[in-house]
Amino acid sequence: MIAALATPLAQAGPVIPNFGRGDECIRNNGRFCMHWFLDNFGNRYVPRIIEHVEMTLIAISIGFVIAFGAALIAFRHERFELPFANLSALFYTIPSIAFFQIMVPITGIGWLSIEIALVSYTLLILFRNTLTGLREVPTEAKEAAEGMGLTRRQTLLRVELPLAAPAIIAGLRVATVTTISLATIAAFITPLGLGAPIFSAIQTGANTEFVSASILAIALALVADALIVASQWITTPWARARRSK
Amino acid sequence: MSELINFFIDNAGLLLDKTVEHIRISAIGIIIAVLIALPAGVALGHQHRGSYLAINISNALRALPSLALIAISLAFFGLSAINIQIALVALAIPPILTNAYTAVDRVDPDAVEAARGMGMTESQVLRGVELPLSWPLIFAGIRAASVYVIATTPLAAIAGGGGLGDIILNQATYKLSGVIAATIVTVVLAFAVDLLFAWVQRLVTPRGLVLPKEFHTIVPPTESDVPADTMAVAR
Repeated sequence: MIAALATPLAQAGPVIPNFGRGDECIRNNGRFCMHWFLDNFGNRYVPRIIEHVEMTLIAISIGFVIAFGAALIAFRHERFELPFANLSALFYTIPSIAFFQIMVPITGIGWLSIEIALVSYTLLILFRNTLTGLREVPTEAKEAAEGMGLTRRQTLLRVELPLAAPAIIAGLRVATVTTISLATIAAFITPLGLGAPIFSAIQTGANTEFVSASILAIALALVADALIVASQWITTPWARARRSK
Repeated sequence: MSELINFFIDNAGLLLDKTVEHIRISAIGIIIAVLIALPAGVALGHQHRGSYLAINISNALRALPSLALIAISLAFFGLSAINIQIALVALAIPPILTNAYTAVDRVDPDAVEAARGMGMTESQVLRGVELPLSWPLIFAGIRAASVYVIATTPLAAIAGGGGLGDIILNQATYKLSGVIAATIVTVVLAFAVDLLFAWVQRLVTPRGLVLPKEFHTIVPPTESDVPADTMAVAR
């Protein structure tokens, strides 16, 4: 098998690395060489972008489920608010670059450690916004629901949650851009996502490599931000109606 | 655990030095952000226009990943203290700008009108009525910004160095116990600053002004889409 593979290579002659290939910009270690970026975008950056999006989506989904559940509980039973708010605030003050490292001895190098840290950072914003949104529902709306004979559950599903949706989505928006930012730092423990080329290229000093990754990370965050704004516009027409008054 | 305690004992001097440096780096970032965002937010809020500008600048800055900013800055300035400051200022401006804007913009119009009726000039209205009523919310913004900044300052060690990040990013030298020790110091520092600003916030709150509950936690409600009343200053 190996011999079969080796034969064509041998026939092609010795493999000589083409050191002359870099254009002037790369040889001078320019800050951003468009040519190099375009040549390397497909094989170097696309996989990193996909990993980055995956990391973010997993963290936001799990974080949302936890924070949303906690907010619903705190909405009904106020005594649960402070413990959860304080715990998630504590997570928020831990420097991410330390959080990732501290998780390594506990859950190993890899996705689990990254996601535990990223999920922890989403909780505070998602919890606070969901709870604030639910509490800001006008009393008149709730009274109208009660007058119509809706049960508590129906009131929550048909009145309170739809009216809280803009605040909840605003929380998702901040949580998403924050997670995209923190996910770049996850590469400090394991080379995943757009942070990987940033950390490795800062070590080697290849300017254009880490500048490209940084620009992509910024673009990813801005695109995600815009997508959430657009989806909010489409999914909550009642919020538009209320605001335009 | 004992390793951790030993690290605190053996490296008390190092931790202290790095903490002082950490505070210095964070403070510079916060001060620059306040100098930029506070006048801008207050001016826009006073004129009740530019909400689109204030909110969108904030949203755009909030989206910028700190590590990416540090890396791009590194390519331009080399290893220097500027790199971390760019990331910290970008991080600190959004809460300060939006809170300053919202606070001044939402001051009770009756109070402002009464002040004008008494013959106050524009600057008297601003200094005598709008700002005093706005300080609590403005400080809530600075408070939130300070907590973010302190938790992000360790990234300084990537490009230029300084602060507790020198320990946190150097597990090879200081072992995990060193990383954890420096992390604990950072978290304590963040909470201390949070408490300090909570105290300042109470100090600058005019008597007779009742604050909504949101003022007492680390992250202020996000402005743009939360119903307006959430951010209201006073009734």
